[in-house]
Amino acid sequence: MGAGAPAQRKRRRHTWPGLVFVGPYLPFLVVFGVLPMIYALGLAFTDDAGGWAGFGNFTRTIGDYRFLPAFGHILLYTSVWLGSLVVLVVGLTLLLHGRANRVSATFRFLFYIPGALAGASSVLVWLFMLDPAVSPGAFLLHDVFGAQLFVESIAPGKLPFIFAMIAFWTGAGGWIVIMYGALNTIPQDLEDAARIDGAGPVTIALRIKLPLIRKWIAYMAILSFATGTQLFVEPQLVNQASLGQVPDTWSANQLAFQLAFRYADFNAAAAVSVDLLAIGLLAAALIVTRTGLFRTDD
Amino acid sequence: MRLAARGLRFAILAVFAAFFVVPLAWLILAPTKSDEALVTSGPLAFGGFDRIAQAWQHLDAFSDHLYRMWIGNSLLYAVTATAIVLVTGIPAGYGLAFGRFPGRKLVLTLTLVVMIMPAAALVLPIFLELNAVHLIGNALSVILPFAFYPFGVYLAYIYYATAVPRELLDAARIDGCDEWSTFRHVALPLAKPVVALVLFFSFVADWNNFFLPYTVLADSTQYPIQVGLSDLLSSTPSFNPAVGGGGQQVNIFRPELALATLLAVVPVAIVFMLSQRALVRGLVGGGVKE
Repeated sequence: MGAGAPAQRKRRRHTWPGLVFVGPYLPFLVVFGVLPMIYALGLAFTDDAGGWAGFGNFTRTIGDYRFLPAFGHILLYTSVWLGSLVVLVVGLTLLLHGRANRVSATFRFLFYIPGALAGASSVLVWLFMLDPAVSPGAFLLHDVFGAQLFVESIAPGKLPFIFAMIAFWTGAGGWIVIMYGALNTIPQDLEDAARIDGAGPVTIALRIKLPLIRKWIAYMAILSFATGTQLFVEPQLVNQASLGQVPDTWSANQLAFQLAFRYADFNAAAAVSVDLLAIGLLAAALIVTRTGLFRTDD
Repeated sequence: MRLAARGLRFAILAVFAAFFVVPLAWLILAPTKSDEALVTSGPLAFGGFDRIAQAWQHLDAFSDHLYRMWIGNSLLYAVTATAIVLVTGIPAGYGLAFGRFPGRKLVLTLTLVVMIMPAAALVLPIFLELNAVHLIGNALSVILPFAFYPFGVYLAYIYYATAVPRELLDAARIDGCDEWSTFRHVALPLAKPVVALVLFFSFVADWNNFFLPYTVLADSTQYPIQVGLSDLLSSTPSFNPAVGGGGQQVNIFRPELALATLLAVVPVAIVFMLSQRALVRGLVGGGVKE
């Protein structure tokens, strides 16, 4: 591009036409993106009569006997899930990347299929898988996990691991495809040079490939962290199938839901939602500032 | 030694492949068996096709064709919302990429923040907002929030900003196109791959969403299939023995529940196959780009 380009570009810029194209999207952004956040904040800091409540709703909900368990559960779940996601996705991708292309493509496809079953469907599939009476993995349930009955399979202490497994089952394949794509960008010469220097496949994987996809791993971890804290459908369905063994306030979003709809305490519900919003925003800020994957400027 | 390493690598991959595929195989085979046969025969044995027909009869008879209504509702919500997403989102991405107007940076930043924030965090505030304007229980209370899909706008924006040269649009303008026909005749046809991507992601996100419809809809005839499945789960005696004891014979057992789960995936699978080429290229393209 010549030296005259910037000046030329500046002259060419129009002011208004862009807004016409963005216009129809704006009401949606405001009403279902920005306003809910403001509305939740407003409710969280007021009482049911609309008066200023300061941090009253926050201290009240934190003092609720269900608050710490609910946030503890999602914290434990999120760390189990993130840990296994990062280790297994990266490990499997590195294993796949060393293989002949057709074998690798077949495996990637097989890993990717469960992605079609997200949400309630995936939970139902795993309720079947965890029922020792019908599960194809019944021997594992018996011998490894010591569960003879369905209710033993979904004992509360196992739930963070079970939910992590479900999330891994539906989500890992997509990430493997993305990581594989990222690995493909590494120039072949780099690998050849390392091989001439005497590096084996393991060394190449760990010392060359791994550092080069670091940014994508960070992106996956931060994005998955934010969604992990919002767990709702999984514990909700397990609660339904557990005969009251699993509380309906197991996750933070469930607690907010119960506060709003069983106790009609919208201010308390908003306070819990704001806690979750803050966690989500924190993760968003981390992605935007740390990874540099998203640029708002061109 | 080298051979052993390769064998080990293949074995690990095969074990994980089994983990990903066996539950699906079980789900496909379950409706071919009776509830008793599910327990007594091998988990991956095949029953008979007549069993599938019977399971479907039971499922369809459940509460007066409620299952069909759920699928219909899901289609209505997901198709309408995705149509709005495309009509508003693609032009918005184009405008953000090539337009210069006050507040552009603010719109971009807000889009980014809301996009990265998990949708579930906004469900309760959106409920309260819809409640304030008396839309709760209305189909619009699902469709309108679904129609906001910042990820789609961002995809379109990135595509236009990186893959479509500004010079191409300028050439169209020099040839006498106004802003609208430049978009209509040059920018829109170029965006086909991104339209396929946005269509796929938006449709699947709407189809699989549970929390929002569960919160804003009260009547089970309005439920989309995901919420309907949870209704069905609580009518299955194996997972909820109270149902059998209540004397309420609804003929929903594990094979029926498995069939319901399986059928609920079909539309996603179809949309996946239709947009697969754009999808695979897009997913890998995201990584291949310098």
